[in-house]
Amino acid sequence: MDIRFEQVGFTYQPHSPFEQRVLFDIDLAIKEGSYTALVGHTGSGKSTLLQHLNALLKPTSGRVTIGERVINPDTDNKNLKPLRKKVGIVFQFPESQLFEETVARDIAFGPKNFGVTEEAAQVLAKEYIQLVGLDESFLERSPFDLSGGQMRRVAIAGVLAMEPEVLVLDEPTAGLDPQGRKEMMEMFERLHNEKNMTIILVTHLMDDVANYADYVYVLEKGRIVKEGEPSSVFQDIRWLEAKQLGVPTATAFAERLQAKGVLFDRLPLTADALADVLVEMGGAADDE
Amino acid sequence: MMNKLIFGRYIPGDSLIHRLDPRVKLIASFYFIAIIFLANNWQSYLLAAVFTFCCILLSKIDFGFFARGVRPLLWLILFTVALQILFTTGGTVYWSWWIFNITEYGLQNGVFIFCRFVLIIFMSTLLTLTTQPLELSDAIEYILRPLKAVRFPVHEISLMLSIALRFVPTLMDETEKIMNAQRARGVDFGEGGLLQKMKAIVPLLIPLFVSSFNRAEDLATAMEARGYQGGEGRTKYRVLHWHQRDSLVVVVYACFTIALVFLRG
Repeated sequence: MDIRFEQVGFTYQPHSPFEQRVLFDIDLAIKEGSYTALVGHTGSGKSTLLQHLNALLKPTSGRVTIGERVINPDTDNKNLKPLRKKVGIVFQFPESQLFEETVARDIAFGPKNFGVTEEAAQVLAKEYIQLVGLDESFLERSPFDLSGGQMRRVAIAGVLAMEPEVLVLDEPTAGLDPQGRKEMMEMFERLHNEKNMTIILVTHLMDDVANYADYVYVLEKGRIVKEGEPSSVFQDIRWLEAKQLGVPTATAFAERLQAKGVLFDRLPLTADALADVLVEMGGAADDE
Repeated sequence: MMNKLIFGRYIPGDSLIHRLDPRVKLIASFYFIAIIFLANNWQSYLLAAVFTFCCILLSKIDFGFFARGVRPLLWLILFTVALQILFTTGGTVYWSWWIFNITEYGLQNGVFIFCRFVLIIFMSTLLTLTTQPLELSDAIEYILRPLKAVRFPVHEISLMLSIALRFVPTLMDETEKIMNAQRARGVDFGEGGLLQKMKAIVPLLIPLFVSSFNRAEDLATAMEARGYQGGEGRTKYRVLHWHQRDSLVVVVYACFTIALVFLRG
């Protein structure tokens, strides 16, 4: 399912003294099966933008096309449910959305809202609790007895159990330890590869963008200021630094090597790519 | 949804009214509500109206905000006014049917009550639009201070008040966030019958309570870690100062009261 934004603008509380424009003429296209990253400073409008992806917010100008549905400022709030089933959103700190008595019921809550039967929902709960890295013994526990990281996993399982075609992740690893962060990101990567799930990742960790995304949009003050494949967006290190957006660790390191006289065709984005390039260079140097 | 509420919000500014001592503003607002009942003819209402509009002008806030503050209460006001018009007897009778009749006094009363409502709402909106919530809670603490003599826990109440005020916007944000998260999971808020609507609130209410408990615990820990031991022996960071302009308010209000008493029939 493709998602397309055309000249989308959004204003909070229009026609009031607290009016605030947050999005300006956003054009973007998310292709089916892609892994898109959305980066930008806090307050750049990322979170507002992602709420347009399943019509939680409607644009105040322009239009959003989600699959077959077109959402414009006049769209009625009714019948948006099918859309919400197709686009699952994992909000920032999703653990705050847990409320049921048991983990199983909480995971089953989403699917049941979209008309899945009780039995089928329980099966889904079993399947997805394992997918997020917890075992079945958690199913009968109260979500409020779990640790923060486990709650996060349960909340994410609750969204995944809706079996969305598009998964939107708003800083899914914020506040997790490095191990949990890695596991989580690898799980999303697996979903992307194995189930061909379209993933939209909102983050300010450039390493995650470099490692996983295949397209990046850079948002600043409600406008898209740069877009492209990570390999091209991250070449312009000066620009990124001037905007204080950060650079992938490997790219920053390669940049320092370049200052010492090592010449790269293109700056590598990940540690693996950097290692490959260096090995190749070493090999070439030995041959001489 | 809740964003539309103007009443009770603060608009930053730097007018004379903004800079007044919050104690003066708070007491003056209550005092205004009390003495508006002194007015009983059109001259006195005119005076009160002129006085209110002068205050609004002084605050340099767009009049539209005040008009919008009245809007949510408009039906209540019109209902009361209609009752007054239909059921008051006395003076010339213009129209009569069954127990309803429209009379001279009824019309007059209706207009007066309408004015009274609108002026009171304008004045209290003026208070909240020009005074920060924390200033207000400081003012309330100061005004309640004499009650210490009767062992009323003034410090605790004012602390609770300022914490509550501080967390209103935070909790509003949190509510909005959880609501969106649940809508993304297929909950329809405000749709279907009453029972369905109530059921839909559970996934919002429970997380909100749980997060409030967690927040309270964290806040209490953080306060203790910073050496908070209760109200005894604390000094104040925000000290309220009485300026000449505050004395001026007292004088203006005294003149206003005298004029009102003089004008009333």
